[in-house]
Amino acid sequence: VVDQDEKAGVVVGVDGSDAGERAAHLAGWLAKAQGARLAVAHVVPWSPFSVQTAEENERRHATKAHEEKLAREQIVDPLVTALASDGVEVDALVRHGQPAEVLCDIARERGATHLLVGRRGQSRVKTLLFGSTPGNLIQIATVPVTVVP
Amino acid sequence: MSRVLAAEGGIDQTINEAFTQVSEAVQAVIFYDVTVAGATFPLVVAWLALAAIIFTVYFRGINARGFKHAIQLVKGDYTRPDEVGEVSHFQALATAVSGTVGLGNIAGVAVAITLGGPGATLWMIVAGLLAMATKFTECTLGVKYRRENPDGTVSGGPMYYLSRGLAAQGKAGLGKVLAAAFAVFCIFGSLGGGNAFQANQAFAQMQAVTGGDDGFLGGGAAGVLFGIVLAAFVGIVIIGGIKRIARVTDKLVPFMAVFYVLACLIVLAANASAIPEAFGLIIGGAFSPEGISGGIVGVLIVGVQRAAFSNEAGLGSAAIAHSAVQTNRPVTEGYVALLEPFIDTVVICTMTALTIVVTGAYTTGGQEGVQLTSQAFETVLPWFPNVLAVAVVLFAFSTQLAWSYYGAKATAYLTNESKLADRVYKAVFLLFVVIGAASSLEVIIGFSDAMIFAMSLPNLIGVYLLMRVVKRKLTEYEADLRSGVVSKVEVASR
Repeated sequence: VVDQDEKAGVVVGVDGSDAGERAAHLAGWLAKAQGARLAVAHVVPWSPFSVQTAEENERRHATKAHEEKLAREQIVDPLVTALASDGVEVDALVRHGQPAEVLCDIARERGATHLLVGRRGQSRVKTLLFGSTPGNLIQIATVPVTVVP
Repeated sequence: MSRVLAAEGGIDQTINEAFTQVSEAVQAVIFYDVTVAGATFPLVVAWLALAAIIFTVYFRGINARGFKHAIQLVKGDYTRPDEVGEVSHFQALATAVSGTVGLGNIAGVAVAITLGGPGATLWMIVAGLLAMATKFTECTLGVKYRRENPDGTVSGGPMYYLSRGLAAQGKAGLGKVLAAAFAVFCIFGSLGGGNAFQANQAFAQMQAVTGGDDGFLGGGAAGVLFGIVLAAFVGIVIIGGIKRIARVTDKLVPFMAVFYVLACLIVLAANASAIPEAFGLIIGGAFSPEGISGGIVGVLIVGVQRAAFSNEAGLGSAAIAHSAVQTNRPVTEGYVALLEPFIDTVVICTMTALTIVVTGAYTTGGQEGVQLTSQAFETVLPWFPNVLAVAVVLFAFSTQLAWSYYGAKATAYLTNESKLADRVYKAVFLLFVVIGAASSLEVIIGFSDAMIFAMSLPNLIGVYLLMRVVKRKLTEYEADLRSGVVSKVEVASR
């Protein structure tokens, strides 16, 4: 699904970190310069193959809604408000899934030309064990990726 | 009668005697058995086996027809983007399997081979394959008639399909009676078979690997202490709400199950030359057993009975766990649920059976239950009994958590979600952890076993009355699959 007004898009992934915020502002500048529409996206890490208890399953629907509400209120909406007041055409998105994969999906859906993310500067051990969203993203993205420190 | 209770006098004894009478009466009804060709045959096992055959025929072999589609659903091939982040088919299945895979797969199989010889394995597999249709039917109903509560949680299972499903057919009164009977049986069943028995077997295996009566868990009070420690862990999770522990065990159980199957494969590989002979023994033993009372019928009964104990199909318990899945097509969860008896009985039980048969452990005599399985592993992997002890404790723990959930849901249904009743139920549940580990209390275990199987009476009556609904849903769904209304979701990032 391509954005209604057929403008090229820019997507930025944010996670509540300072680097994510800097990435969002760079993305805003880029979108404005290109006359593109910006999507500020937060992906709640989620795997359909994780093992849950029966109680967690029973409550999952409510938990998901709560996670989305928190992500919007605390991470995405403040950035969207700030960018919109700077004159950027901007949408808020919150989804669940594997962050790098979902960001790529969003970029594809919106016909985006750029993807931006912040990096957390995590330790080598942690990256070795769990990987990192920027690291995964550059391996699978189909558009240029900018990583903001 | 148990030593512990018999030693006491006065009112305790009166209560005990009264309870014994009730227990014996209940057991006599539920486990009423007939003698067929010299082998005793509890009718409740026939009731479960008959249901499995009826559902297999009625849904035209959904067990085999639906297998491939079930795998696709579990893989997430049909998960729509708006369903991401909700309970997946895999998660509903994994939760249900964690509750079912347990001592039945390890100890139950050994019992079957001790009583019925290697041939019992074949009948166990056949019973497991047929039971897939039972799970398909009850789990579809579990999702179809689940209740979505105002706080966003969901409640499902036989209580709901019996009351709501039968009400929709104009049989509200019957539905209420069956649902209430199911809930009562489920509460009592959860205390014994789902709890005390598990604690008891976990303690037995731990005691055995730590040196038996002379070992570190050999003392008189060791059972009580073990029970208190186990109860503390269960209590932290079910009352304290520390989900971290439950999450850890629930993650460990699938891992242990895989590890267990791998260990079986190692033992089989080490005895590779004996495998053809083992198959010969299993197939030959199934049709022309030697030295087994009741001959072919006797072996068949043993196999079918152990399969029923292990996979719980027809009891309705799994329908509670499966009902939380996110789907707008209840039949999809039925498909996924049919994998459960396959994993439990056809794969894991068969692995145990092959291990026992190829190593010849069953021919030496002297050992039974978990100990026999343990001995079979020991011939190839001398350290395995210790791992098995850990696995038994974890399986027991996860089964206890699953059954405490089933019992709590049944309590909530009967008391209209009363918080007080929930607390009382959970406190009693913990008491039974200690009771189970401390003594065998045959009276209570027997009563509870009877209660677990009693669940199948109201459950299957309701499922028979509602199976037309499942048929209609299945027919619609299959038509939608063919016409492409339901189709695989393309994942862009692949």
